[in-house]
Amino acid sequence: MTPLPSTAPTLAEQVCQGNVRAIARLISQVEREEPSAQAEIAALYPHTGRAHIIGVTGAPGTGKSSLVNELAKELRRRGKTVAIVAVDPSSPFTGGALLGDRVRMRDLAGDKGIFIRSMASRGRLGGLARSTAGVIKVLDAAAYHTILIETVGAGQAEVDIASAAHSTIVIEAPGLGDEVQSIKAGILEIADILVVNKADHPNSQRTVKSLEMMLHFGSTRQMVRHHGEMMLADDGHALTNATNPDWEVKVYETVATASQGIDKVVDALEAHLVYLQTSGEWHEREKVRGRQEVEQLLQALVLRQLQATVSPVEREQLIAAVAEREMDPYAAANHLFTHLNH
Amino acid sequence: MDERKIRILIAKPGLDGHDRGAKVIARALRDAGMEVIYTGLRQTPEMVVEAALHEDVDAIGLSILSGAHNALVPRIMELMAEADLNDVPVFLGGIVPEDDIVALKAKGVAGIFGPGTSTDIIAEKIRERVLGERV
Repeated sequence: MTPLPSTAPTLAEQVCQGNVRAIARLISQVEREEPSAQAEIAALYPHTGRAHIIGVTGAPGTGKSSLVNELAKELRRRGKTVAIVAVDPSSPFTGGALLGDRVRMRDLAGDKGIFIRSMASRGRLGGLARSTAGVIKVLDAAAYHTILIETVGAGQAEVDIASAAHSTIVIEAPGLGDEVQSIKAGILEIADILVVNKADHPNSQRTVKSLEMMLHFGSTRQMVRHHGEMMLADDGHALTNATNPDWEVKVYETVATASQGIDKVVDALEAHLVYLQTSGEWHEREKVRGRQEVEQLLQALVLRQLQATVSPVEREQLIAAVAEREMDPYAAANHLFTHLNH
Repeated sequence: MDERKIRILIAKPGLDGHDRGAKVIARALRDAGMEVIYTGLRQTPEMVVEAALHEDVDAIGLSILSGAHNALVPRIMELMAEADLNDVPVFLGGIVPEDDIVALKAKGVAGIFGPGTSTDIIAEKIRERVLGERV
Protein backbone atom coordinates (compact mmCIF):
# COMPACT_ATOMS: atom_id res chain seq x y z
CA MET A 1 0.00 0.00 0.00
CA THR A 2 1.50 3.33 -0.99
CA PRO A 3 1.88 5.81 1.86
CA LEU A 4 -0.46 8.77 1.81
CA PRO A 5 1.23 12.08 0.97
CA SER A 6 1.88 14.26 3.97
CA THR A 7 -0.90 16.79 4.50
CA ALA A 8 1.24 19.00 6.70
CA PRO A 9 1.94 22.28 4.90
CA THR A 10 5.51 22.82 3.78
CA LEU A 11 7.59 25.66 5.19
CA ALA A 12 7.14 27.55 1.92
CA GLU A 13 3.35 27.20 2.17
CA GLN A 14 3.35 28.40 5.76
CA VAL A 15 5.53 31.36 4.80
CA CYS A 16 3.09 32.37 2.08
CA GLN A 17 0.33 32.22 4.70
CA GLY A 18 2.31 34.62 6.89
CA ASN A 19 3.19 32.16 9.68
CA VAL A 20 5.86 34.03 11.64
CA ARG A 21 7.52 30.94 13.09
CA ALA A 22 7.83 29.42 9.62
CA ILE A 23 9.24 32.66 8.21
CA ALA A 24 11.88 32.77 10.95
CA ARG A 25 12.70 29.07 10.54
CA LEU A 26 13.06 29.26 6.78
CA ILE A 27 15.25 32.35 7.07
CA SER A 28 17.55 30.32 9.34
CA GLN A 29 17.71 27.48 6.81
CA VAL A 30 18.54 29.95 4.06
CA GLU A 31 21.20 31.55 6.21
CA ARG A 32 22.79 28.21 7.01
CA GLU A 33 22.61 27.36 3.30
CA GLU A 34 20.90 24.07 4.06
CA PRO A 35 20.13 21.98 0.96
CA SER A 36 16.43 21.88 1.91
CA ALA A 37 16.28 25.67 1.63
CA GLN A 38 16.68 25.57 -2.14
CA ALA A 39 13.51 23.58 -2.67
CA GLU A 40 11.55 25.85 -0.35
CA ILE A 41 12.82 28.98 -2.13
CA ALA A 42 11.95 27.43 -5.48
CA ALA A 43 8.42 26.78 -4.20
CA LEU A 44 7.85 30.31 -2.98
CA TYR A 45 9.72 32.12 -5.74
CA PRO A 46 6.61 32.64 -7.92
CA HIS A 47 5.11 34.53 -4.97
CA THR A 48 7.96 37.04 -4.82
CA GLY A 49 8.43 40.26 -6.77
CA ARG A 50 5.76 42.34 -5.06
CA ALA A 51 7.53 43.89 -2.08
CA HIS A 52 9.18 47.30 -2.28
CA ILE A 53 12.77 46.64 -1.26
CA ILE A 54 14.47 49.65 0.27
CA GLY A 55 18.16 49.74 1.15
CA VAL A 56 19.46 52.03 3.87
CA THR A 57 23.18 52.57 3.91
CA GLY A 58 25.75 55.01 5.24
CA ALA A 59 28.82 55.22 7.42
CA PRO A 60 28.66 54.02 11.03
CA GLY A 61 27.28 56.65 13.36
CA THR A 62 24.98 58.26 10.81
CA GLY A 63 21.86 56.90 12.53
CA LYS A 64 20.76 54.14 10.16
CA SER A 65 18.93 52.09 12.79
CA SER A 66 17.12 55.13 14.17
CA LEU A 67 16.07 56.16 10.68
CA VAL A 68 14.90 52.64 9.85
CA ASN A 69 12.89 52.65 13.07
CA GLU A 70 11.20 55.92 12.11
CA LEU A 71 10.61 54.91 8.48
CA ALA A 72 8.96 51.70 9.67
CA LYS A 73 6.67 53.61 12.05
CA GLU A 74 5.59 56.01 9.33
CA LEU A 75 5.05 53.21 6.82
CA ARG A 76 2.88 51.42 9.38
CA ARG A 77 0.86 54.61 9.86
CA ARG A 78 0.28 54.54 6.11
CA GLY A 79 -1.03 50.99 6.31
CA LYS A 80 1.99 49.08 5.05
CA THR A 81 3.42 45.96 6.67
CA VAL A 82 7.16 46.15 7.10
CA ALA A 83 9.97 43.61 7.35
CA ILE A 84 13.39 44.80 8.45
CA VAL A 85 16.69 43.04 7.85
CA ALA A 86 19.58 44.57 9.78
CA VAL A 87 23.07 43.42 8.81
CA ASP A 88 26.04 43.87 11.15
CA PRO A 89 29.67 42.88 10.65
CA SER A 90 31.09 39.54 11.75
CA SER A 91 34.46 39.59 13.47
CA PRO A 92 37.06 38.42 10.96
CA PHE A 93 39.00 36.80 13.82
CA THR A 94 36.40 35.04 15.93
CA GLY A 95 33.59 34.70 13.40
CA GLY A 96 31.16 36.03 15.99
CA ALA A 97 29.02 39.15 15.81
CA LEU A 98 27.21 41.61 18.03
CA LEU A 99 23.84 42.32 16.42
CA GLY A 100 22.52 45.34 18.23
CA ASP A 101 20.19 47.03 15.77
CA ARG A 102 17.04 45.91 17.58
CA VAL A 103 18.02 48.20 20.46
CA ARG A 104 17.05 51.22 18.35
CA MET A 105 13.76 49.71 17.24
CA ARG A 106 11.89 49.25 20.51
CA ASP A 107 9.04 51.47 19.22
CA LEU A 108 8.18 48.69 16.81
CA ALA A 109 7.84 45.95 19.44
CA GLY A 110 4.48 44.24 19.71
CA ASP A 111 3.28 45.35 16.27
CA LYS A 112 2.18 42.26 14.34
CA GLY A 113 2.71 44.12 11.09
CA ILE A 114 6.46 44.29 11.69
CA PHE A 115 9.11 41.59 11.41
CA ILE A 116 12.72 42.31 12.40
CA ARG A 117 15.64 40.02 11.63
CA SER A 118 19.28 40.62 12.46
CA MET A 119 21.99 39.06 10.29
CA ALA A 120 25.75 38.87 10.61
CA SER A 121 27.73 39.55 7.44
CA ARG A 122 29.68 36.28 7.87
CA GLY A 123 32.75 37.46 6.05
CA ARG A 124 31.14 39.11 3.09
CA LEU A 125 32.45 42.61 2.48
CA GLY A 126 29.93 44.47 0.31
CA GLY A 127 27.55 45.46 3.11
CA LEU A 128 25.20 42.48 3.00
CA ALA A 129 25.52 38.84 3.92
CA ARG A 130 25.72 36.24 1.18
CA SER A 131 22.29 34.90 2.05
CA THR A 132 20.54 38.27 2.38
CA ALA A 133 19.06 37.91 -1.11
CA GLY A 134 17.46 34.60 -0.10
CA VAL A 135 16.17 36.10 3.13
CA ILE A 136 14.56 38.94 1.17
CA LYS A 137 12.71 36.39 -0.97
CA VAL A 138 11.24 34.71 2.08
CA LEU A 139 9.94 38.04 3.40
CA ASP A 140 8.66 39.02 -0.06
CA ALA A 141 6.71 35.76 -0.34
CA ALA A 142 5.35 36.32 3.17
CA ALA A 143 3.66 39.39 1.66
CA TYR A 144 5.29 42.20 3.61
CA HIS A 145 4.63 45.36 1.57
CA THR A 146 8.00 46.90 2.32
CA ILE A 147 11.34 45.33 3.14
CA LEU A 148 13.88 47.66 4.71
CA ILE A 149 17.48 46.45 4.52
CA GLU A 150 19.93 48.14 6.83
CA THR A 151 23.49 47.46 5.70
CA VAL A 152 26.67 46.99 7.67
CA GLY A 153 27.64 50.58 7.08
CA ALA A 154 31.32 50.28 6.30
CA GLY A 155 30.50 53.22 4.07
CA GLN A 156 32.76 52.97 1.12
CA ALA A 157 32.28 49.55 -0.38
CA GLU A 158 28.55 49.21 0.21
CA VAL A 159 27.67 48.39 -3.35
CA ASP A 160 25.73 45.20 -2.62
CA ILE A 161 22.69 47.16 -1.60
CA ALA A 162 22.40 49.00 -4.89
CA SER A 163 21.68 45.78 -6.74
CA ALA A 164 19.68 44.17 -3.95
CA ALA A 165 17.21 47.01 -3.46
CA HIS A 166 14.70 48.86 -5.64
CA SER A 167 15.26 52.14 -3.79
CA THR A 168 18.48 53.06 -2.00
CA ILE A 169 18.74 55.67 0.73
CA VAL A 170 22.21 56.93 1.59
CA ILE A 171 22.46 58.61 4.97
CA GLU A 172 24.97 61.26 5.87
CA ALA A 173 25.51 62.92 9.21
CA PRO A 174 27.39 66.13 9.94
CA GLY A 175 30.47 66.26 12.11
CA LEU A 176 31.95 62.89 11.18
CA GLY A 177 35.30 64.09 9.92
CA ASP A 178 35.23 64.65 6.15
CA GLU A 179 32.56 67.03 5.01
CA VAL A 180 30.70 64.37 3.12
CA GLN A 181 31.59 60.72 3.64
CA SER A 182 29.45 59.50 0.80
CA ILE A 183 31.27 61.46 -1.84
CA LYS A 184 34.02 58.87 -1.55
CA ALA A 185 33.67 56.87 -4.71
CA GLY A 186 30.60 54.82 -5.30
CA ILE A 187 28.34 55.68 -2.43
CA LEU A 188 26.87 58.96 -3.64
CA GLU A 189 26.15 57.42 -7.02
CA ILE A 190 24.05 54.60 -5.67
CA ALA A 191 21.65 56.92 -3.84
CA ASP A 192 18.09 57.35 -5.05
CA ILE A 193 17.38 59.42 -1.95
CA LEU A 194 19.91 61.28 0.19
CA VAL A 195 19.25 61.92 3.84
CA VAL A 196 21.20 64.17 6.16
CA ASN A 197 20.35 62.86 9.60
CA LYS A 198 21.16 64.63 12.88
CA ALA A 199 20.09 67.79 11.05
CA ASP A 200 19.95 69.63 14.37
CA HIS A 201 23.77 69.51 14.49
CA PRO A 202 25.37 72.97 14.05
CA ASN A 203 27.30 71.84 10.94
CA SER A 204 24.39 70.15 9.25
CA GLN A 205 23.74 72.94 6.74
CA ARG A 206 27.30 72.62 5.44
CA THR A 207 26.70 68.95 4.79
CA VAL A 208 23.38 69.63 3.07
CA LYS A 209 24.92 72.35 0.89
CA SER A 210 27.89 70.16 -0.08
CA LEU A 211 25.57 67.41 -1.18
CA GLU A 212 23.28 69.76 -3.08
CA MET A 213 26.29 71.23 -4.86
CA MET A 214 27.44 67.77 -5.93
CA LEU A 215 23.96 67.05 -7.22
CA HIS A 216 23.78 70.36 -9.10
CA PHE A 217 27.04 69.86 -10.94
CA GLY A 218 25.86 66.65 -12.47
CA SER A 219 27.04 63.13 -12.92
CA THR A 220 30.70 62.36 -13.65
CA ARG A 221 29.48 59.70 -16.01
CA GLN A 222 28.95 60.75 -19.59
CA MET A 223 26.77 57.87 -20.56
CA VAL A 224 23.54 56.98 -18.87
CA ARG A 225 21.06 54.26 -19.54
CA HIS A 226 17.61 55.45 -20.52
CA HIS A 227 14.96 52.77 -20.84
CA GLY A 228 17.64 50.21 -21.54
CA GLU A 229 19.48 52.21 -24.19
CA MET A 230 22.78 53.99 -23.67
CA MET A 231 22.59 57.74 -24.24
CA LEU A 232 24.82 60.75 -23.63
CA ALA A 233 23.91 62.69 -20.51
CA ASP A 234 23.58 66.47 -20.70
CA ASP A 235 26.36 68.35 -18.93
CA GLY A 236 25.16 70.42 -16.01
CA HIS A 237 21.98 68.38 -15.75
CA ALA A 238 20.78 67.65 -12.22
CA LEU A 239 22.60 64.58 -10.98
CA THR A 240 20.51 61.62 -11.65
CA ASN A 241 21.38 58.20 -10.49
CA ALA A 242 23.42 56.92 -13.43
CA THR A 243 20.85 54.34 -14.43
CA ASN A 244 17.74 56.45 -13.81
CA PRO A 245 18.03 59.74 -15.69
CA ASP A 246 14.36 60.55 -15.11
CA TRP A 247 14.56 60.46 -11.32
CA GLU A 248 15.99 63.48 -9.56
CA VAL A 249 18.02 62.69 -6.46
CA LYS A 250 17.22 65.10 -3.64
CA VAL A 251 18.55 65.77 -0.14
CA TYR A 252 16.24 65.44 2.87
CA GLU A 253 16.99 66.54 6.41
CA THR A 254 15.95 64.45 9.38
CA VAL A 255 16.42 64.19 13.09
CA ALA A 256 15.51 60.55 13.43
CA THR A 257 15.67 60.43 17.21
CA ALA A 258 13.09 63.25 17.33
CA SER A 259 10.96 61.81 14.51
CA GLN A 260 11.52 64.93 12.39
CA GLY A 261 11.55 65.02 8.60
CA ILE A 262 10.48 61.40 8.27
CA ASP A 263 7.22 61.97 6.41
CA LYS A 264 9.02 63.70 3.53
CA VAL A 265 11.44 60.78 3.17
CA VAL A 266 8.56 58.30 3.04
CA ASP A 267 6.80 60.53 0.48
CA ALA A 268 9.99 60.36 -1.60
CA LEU A 269 10.10 56.58 -1.26
CA GLU A 270 6.51 56.31 -2.43
CA ALA A 271 7.26 58.65 -5.34
CA HIS A 272 10.28 56.54 -6.27
CA LEU A 273 8.17 53.41 -6.27
CA VAL A 274 5.66 55.04 -8.62
CA TYR A 275 8.54 56.18 -10.85
CA LEU A 276 10.01 52.67 -10.97
CA GLN A 277 6.68 51.12 -11.86
CA THR A 278 5.69 53.63 -14.53
CA SER A 279 9.07 54.02 -16.21
CA GLY A 280 9.96 50.38 -16.67
CA GLU A 281 12.87 50.74 -14.25
CA TRP A 282 11.31 48.21 -11.88
CA HIS A 283 11.87 45.55 -14.49
CA GLU A 284 15.42 46.76 -15.12
CA ARG A 285 16.20 46.58 -11.40
CA GLU A 286 14.79 43.09 -11.21
CA LYS A 287 17.13 42.05 -14.02
CA VAL A 288 20.10 43.56 -12.20
CA ARG A 289 19.10 41.72 -9.04
CA GLY A 290 18.58 38.50 -10.92
CA ARG A 291 21.92 38.70 -12.70
CA GLN A 292 23.77 39.50 -9.49
CA GLU A 293 22.21 36.63 -7.68
CA VAL A 294 22.64 34.00 -10.37
CA GLU A 295 26.32 34.94 -10.76
CA GLN A 296 26.84 34.72 -7.03
CA LEU A 297 25.19 31.33 -6.78
CA LEU A 298 27.22 30.13 -9.74
CA GLN A 299 30.46 31.22 -8.08
CA ALA A 300 29.48 29.34 -4.95
CA LEU A 301 28.72 26.20 -6.99
CA VAL A 302 32.07 26.38 -8.78
CA LEU A 303 33.90 26.76 -5.48
CA ARG A 304 32.02 23.82 -4.02
CA GLN A 305 32.82 21.74 -7.09
CA LEU A 306 36.48 22.64 -6.70
CA GLN A 307 36.46 21.60 -3.08
CA ALA A 308 34.83 18.31 -4.01
CA THR A 309 37.21 17.39 -6.83
CA VAL A 310 40.57 18.56 -5.55
CA SER A 311 41.90 17.02 -2.36
CA PRO A 312 42.89 19.41 0.43
CA VAL A 313 46.30 17.74 0.46
CA GLU A 314 46.91 18.52 -3.19
CA ARG A 315 45.58 22.05 -2.74
CA GLU A 316 47.90 22.65 0.21
CA GLN A 317 50.85 21.29 -1.80
CA LEU A 318 50.11 23.79 -4.53
CA ILE A 319 49.83 26.65 -2.04
CA ALA A 320 53.15 25.64 -0.46
CA ALA A 321 54.76 25.58 -3.91
CA VAL A 322 53.47 29.09 -4.56
CA ALA A 323 54.82 30.32 -1.21
CA GLU A 324 58.21 28.73 -1.96
CA ARG A 325 58.32 30.37 -5.41
CA GLU A 326 58.37 26.94 -7.08
CA MET A 327 55.17 27.81 -8.88
CA ASP A 328 53.51 31.13 -9.67
CA PRO A 329 49.90 31.79 -8.55
CA TYR A 330 48.51 31.82 -12.10
CA ALA A 331 49.92 28.35 -12.79
CA ALA A 332 48.50 27.08 -9.50
CA ALA A 333 45.05 28.50 -10.23
CA ASN A 334 45.05 27.11 -13.78
CA HIS A 335 46.09 23.71 -12.46
CA LEU A 336 43.16 23.69 -10.01
CA PHE A 337 40.81 24.95 -12.70
CA THR A 338 41.62 22.14 -15.13
CA HIS A 339 40.59 19.69 -12.41
CA LEU A 340 37.15 21.31 -12.34
CA ASN A 341 36.45 20.37 -15.92
CA HIS A 342 36.96 16.65 -15.34
CA MET B 1 33.04 23.49 6.15
CA ASP B 2 31.93 26.27 8.51
CA GLU B 3 31.04 25.24 12.01
CA ARG B 4 27.40 25.94 12.66
CA LYS B 5 26.99 29.43 14.09
CA ILE B 6 25.09 29.77 17.35
CA ARG B 7 22.59 32.63 17.45
CA ILE B 8 21.80 33.72 20.99
CA LEU B 9 19.51 36.42 22.32
CA ILE B 10 20.80 38.41 25.29
CA ALA B 11 17.91 40.23 26.87
CA LYS B 12 17.38 42.56 29.81
CA PRO B 13 13.79 42.04 30.95
CA GLY B 14 12.45 44.27 33.69
CA LEU B 15 13.65 47.57 35.03
CA ASP B 16 17.40 47.16 35.55
CA GLY B 17 19.18 50.49 35.47
CA HIS B 18 22.31 49.39 33.64
CA ASP B 19 23.52 46.66 31.30
CA ARG B 20 27.24 46.53 31.93
CA GLY B 21 27.17 42.85 32.82
CA ALA B 22 24.97 41.88 29.91
CA LYS B 23 27.29 43.71 27.53
CA VAL B 24 30.34 41.94 28.97
CA ILE B 25 28.62 38.61 28.34
CA ALA B 26 27.47 39.69 24.87
CA ARG B 27 31.01 40.63 23.86
CA ALA B 28 32.48 37.46 25.36
CA LEU B 29 30.05 35.29 23.43
CA ARG B 30 30.85 37.20 20.25
CA ASP B 31 34.52 36.54 20.91
CA ALA B 32 33.62 32.89 21.34
CA GLY B 33 32.27 32.95 17.77
CA MET B 34 28.55 33.33 18.47
CA GLU B 35 26.13 35.74 16.86
CA VAL B 36 24.63 37.72 19.72
CA ILE B 37 21.36 39.57 19.30
CA TYR B 38 21.26 42.16 22.04
CA THR B 39 17.96 43.78 22.96
CA GLY B 40 18.94 46.64 25.22
CA LEU B 41 17.33 47.60 28.52
CA ARG B 42 13.76 47.53 29.77
CA GLN B 43 12.34 44.66 27.80
CA THR B 44 8.94 43.24 28.61
CA PRO B 45 8.53 39.46 28.53
CA GLU B 46 6.48 39.92 25.35
CA MET B 47 9.34 41.80 23.67
CA VAL B 48 11.85 39.11 24.65
CA VAL B 49 9.74 36.31 23.20
CA GLU B 50 8.92 38.29 20.06
CA ALA B 51 12.64 38.83 19.46
CA ALA B 52 13.35 35.12 20.06
CA LEU B 53 10.62 34.24 17.55
CA HIS B 54 11.74 36.61 14.78
CA GLU B 55 15.41 35.80 15.23
CA ASP B 56 14.86 32.02 15.56
CA VAL B 57 17.58 31.93 18.20
CA ASP B 58 19.30 28.79 19.45
CA ALA B 59 19.34 30.03 23.05
CA ILE B 60 18.22 32.90 25.23
CA GLY B 61 20.28 34.58 27.94
CA LEU B 62 18.32 36.68 30.41
CA SER B 63 20.15 39.20 32.55
CA ILE B 64 18.22 40.31 35.63
CA LEU B 65 19.73 42.36 38.44
CA SER B 66 16.56 43.69 40.03
CA GLY B 67 15.51 40.55 41.86
CA ALA B 68 12.42 40.25 39.71
CA HIS B 69 13.48 36.90 38.23
CA ASN B 70 10.78 34.94 40.04
CA ALA B 71 8.14 36.99 38.26
CA LEU B 72 9.85 37.55 34.93
CA VAL B 73 11.38 34.16 34.15
CA PRO B 74 8.22 32.02 34.55
CA ARG B 75 6.24 34.59 32.53
CA ILE B 76 8.81 34.45 29.73
CA MET B 77 8.78 30.66 29.72
CA GLU B 78 4.99 30.70 29.61
CA LEU B 79 5.00 32.98 26.56
CA MET B 80 7.65 30.82 24.91
CA ALA B 81 5.47 27.76 25.34
CA GLU B 82 2.57 29.64 23.73
CA ALA B 83 4.81 30.62 20.81
CA ASP B 84 5.98 27.03 20.35
CA LEU B 85 9.53 27.90 21.42
CA ASN B 86 9.88 25.17 24.04
CA ASP B 87 12.98 23.76 22.42
CA VAL B 88 14.98 26.96 22.99
CA PRO B 89 17.07 26.74 26.19
CA VAL B 90 16.88 29.70 28.56
CA PHE B 91 19.91 30.73 30.62
CA LEU B 92 19.80 33.23 33.45
CA GLY B 93 22.46 35.61 34.72
CA GLY B 94 22.59 38.47 37.18
CA ILE B 95 21.61 38.45 40.84
CA VAL B 96 19.86 35.18 41.70
CA PRO B 97 19.82 33.96 45.32
CA GLU B 98 20.69 30.28 45.98
CA ASP B 99 17.19 29.62 47.28
CA ASP B 100 15.62 30.50 43.94
CA ILE B 101 17.99 28.51 41.76
CA VAL B 102 16.39 25.12 42.41
CA ALA B 103 12.89 26.37 41.69
CA LEU B 104 13.97 28.10 38.49
CA LYS B 105 15.81 25.02 37.25
CA ALA B 106 12.69 22.98 38.01
CA LYS B 107 10.79 25.38 35.74
CA GLY B 108 13.18 24.49 32.97
CA VAL B 109 15.91 27.13 33.08
CA ALA B 110 18.93 25.47 31.48
CA GLY B 111 21.61 27.20 33.48
CA ILE B 112 22.07 29.98 36.01
CA PHE B 113 25.31 31.99 36.07
CA GLY B 114 26.04 34.21 39.04
CA PRO B 115 28.29 37.29 38.94
CA GLY B 116 31.92 36.42 38.30
CA THR B 117 31.24 33.19 36.43
CA SER B 118 33.94 32.70 33.84
CA THR B 119 32.71 33.73 30.42
CA ASP B 120 34.58 30.75 28.95
CA ILE B 121 32.47 28.44 31.08
CA ILE B 122 29.29 30.25 30.04
CA ALA B 123 30.17 29.95 26.36
CA GLU B 124 31.03 26.27 26.79
CA LYS B 125 27.79 25.45 28.62
CA ILE B 126 25.75 27.19 25.94
CA ARG B 127 27.63 25.44 23.17
CA GLU B 128 27.19 22.06 24.86
CA ARG B 129 23.47 22.58 25.26
CA VAL B 130 22.83 23.92 21.75
CA LEU B 131 25.19 21.78 19.69
CA GLY B 132 25.00 18.69 21.86
CA GLU B 133 21.30 18.47 21.14
CA ARG B 134 21.84 18.90 17.39
CA VAL B 135 23.47 15.48 17.06
